[in-house]
Amino acid sequence: MPMDLLRFATAGSVDDGKSTLIGRLLFDSKSIFDDQLNAVERTSRDKGFDYTNLALVTDGLRAEREQGITIDVAYRYFHTPKRKFIIADTPGHIQYTRNMVTGASTADLAIVLVDARAGIVEQTRRHAFLVSLLRVPHLVLCINKMDLVDYDQDVYERLRQEFLSFATKLAIPDLQIIPISALLGDNVVERSTNMPWYDGPALLHQLENVYVSSDRNMVDARMPVQYVIRPQSNEYHDYRGYAGQIAGGVFKPGDEVMVMPSGLTSRISAIETADGPVAEAFSPMSVTFRLEDDIDVSRGDMIARPHNAPEPRQDLDAMVCWMVDSPLKQGRRLLIKHTTRTVRVAFRELQYRLDINTLHRDETAETLSLNEIGRVRFRAAQPVFADPYSRNRLTGGFIVIDAGTNATVGAGMVLDN
Amino acid sequence: MTTTSSQTPETAGPPVEQPTGHDYRLSELQTLEAESIHIFREVAAEFGRPALMFSGGKDSLVMLHLAAKAFFPARIPFKILHIDTGHNFPEVMTLRDKLVEEMSLQLVVGSVQDAIDSGDLTEVPGQGRNRLQTHVLLETVEKNKFDVLMGGGRRDEEKARAKERVFSFRDEFGQWDPKNQRPELWNLYNGRIHPGESIRAFPISNWTELDVWSYIEAEKLQVPGIYFAHERKVFERDGMLLADSDVSARRDDEPVFTATVRYRTVGDMSCTGAVESDAHTLAEIIDEIAASRITERGATRADDRFSEAAMEDRKREGYF
Repeated sequence: MPMDLLRFATAGSVDDGKSTLIGRLLFDSKSIFDDQLNAVERTSRDKGFDYTNLALVTDGLRAEREQGITIDVAYRYFHTPKRKFIIADTPGHIQYTRNMVTGASTADLAIVLVDARAGIVEQTRRHAFLVSLLRVPHLVLCINKMDLVDYDQDVYERLRQEFLSFATKLAIPDLQIIPISALLGDNVVERSTNMPWYDGPALLHQLENVYVSSDRNMVDARMPVQYVIRPQSNEYHDYRGYAGQIAGGVFKPGDEVMVMPSGLTSRISAIETADGPVAEAFSPMSVTFRLEDDIDVSRGDMIARPHNAPEPRQDLDAMVCWMVDSPLKQGRRLLIKHTTRTVRVAFRELQYRLDINTLHRDETAETLSLNEIGRVRFRAAQPVFADPYSRNRLTGGFIVIDAGTNATVGAGMVLDN
Repeated sequence: MTTTSSQTPETAGPPVEQPTGHDYRLSELQTLEAESIHIFREVAAEFGRPALMFSGGKDSLVMLHLAAKAFFPARIPFKILHIDTGHNFPEVMTLRDKLVEEMSLQLVVGSVQDAIDSGDLTEVPGQGRNRLQTHVLLETVEKNKFDVLMGGGRRDEEKARAKERVFSFRDEFGQWDPKNQRPELWNLYNGRIHPGESIRAFPISNWTELDVWSYIEAEKLQVPGIYFAHERKVFERDGMLLADSDVSARRDDEPVFTATVRYRTVGDMSCTGAVESDAHTLAEIIDEIAASRITERGATRADDRFSEAAMEDRKREGYF
């Protein structure tokens, strides 16, 4: 089996040892190069550390160092013989919600870090909640700094029980709790000999082996049309192909399909790629459909099946995370981009604002500010063809764009109306 | 104040019943290819005047190949832009012209040499031409009214790139503001801009150097000969091997010697270093990179060594 790809997000602050953990994963998988390591050693000396501080590998831009800020999400890469990994590294403290939501949106797995001495704190619950809100299918809770609690099994068991009783409410399909020391490498790449009482996998083993193929929706066939290919050359005179990335289910040549919003039906005559036709197409393949009938199809349309198509929605209920300083409020000119379709929307109602620390719902709130999450109703100028986010992350997620500034101001997850 | 305290996320739902008995999997390279094709199609669909940056290096060759795949069987629906420093490796120019012919590309060239000759730019001896490239790039963009440039930048290259978006917003002066980037979620990219503003799009953001070479091997792409081990007259500067040529600004205390080298990146000949290597085939290059202990930019780019934040500064000014 060729190497596959796992995207994971890390949540936690510097104090939890997140940078050290990432540095350790990169270092032990030999993904830190000598020139990077030399720079880290130099900086470690300059800053007066008596050891090479691997956390400095993830040290940011000069703009950040000068201003003492952390700029949202950084992406990092490493591989082992089994898998390639993309880490979405999100800072824990500043603008944590916006950044974590962004990093988690594409993640197959999330790592949440806990300091064994501090235990399960408010931030841990917040991170775990966001992981479940974004429906990241796999969560690994790393109980870090076990070296500082003498590798004590009781500490691990107590934190484990505490987290489990909280997590039962969170709808996390797969949870692994691993005691580690990122600084010393215990249970990061190799099983630790300091914790013989722990019989689970080391972190890297979990990352290499977690099964993610079944996390996509393979049932509800969806292809948002991105681009209509019309070569206008003699060789391909009447050619018309509908290009897009499969967002759910499986399509095969011969399948009867329905195109939204027209509701017209046809059959797939061929599924093409530059490498030749394929017998079936599934997420996340980028392909081109050819249809038997000459019907009107354009960008922003959704190709689905006649008996399994998304409901056209103009009233859109969604959990929305607000991402800019100026709040979400009535009268603001907004657009949403959902799959390949961008439509005008009006903000109708904030049903409640969620306190992500206590998870209480404030139904008296009227606006959402930066880093706040709430249940919102939008009215769209044209229908969008969305599935509930709980069923499909790709056809259930959208971004909110300010029609005046063009900035991305929010992210939404569609709910059942 | 009315509150309830259910803690289950609103996005929770029953698990989707999945078909069994069939393992729908893509390899890592297939996944990256599908993502890149999606990005190319988004760019072509959302912008009026796109251009693809082409240097003749391995990343831009992969970009060109992906673009061709994205729109097959139609031709690539945008222009190809080469910012020519005048310090080119001849093999790279030959390959560029061959591909333009074979793929019927519409090539636009912005010339640093022309800008120097006309007095628009002044060259600082020994500094290479990368900074000058930015000026010519911005001029060429303005003249052609390009609203989006696609580049082969990868996030594994350098830490300024690690924090850059796939659709990277630039103001009317081409400047990048790392503190004010648009969040990118799922596979949704925001390409909306006002007149005069632009986007730099990076379809292979998530590829690594090893991915690029593995893909070149898998897809049997042509690459310039300078990537393979060959004998060359070089001299040493700052621990790098630079080609001895008319443009190299070699000092008298830098003796020329012959070495078996290859290039890991293709850039301005005067500031791109070679590495000693015996890799004569793609498979040998892949083995060498997998075992390499130095990043490609650290090994080969004098321009990134001026300061630790060299790339960050150049990006802010409008460089790729």
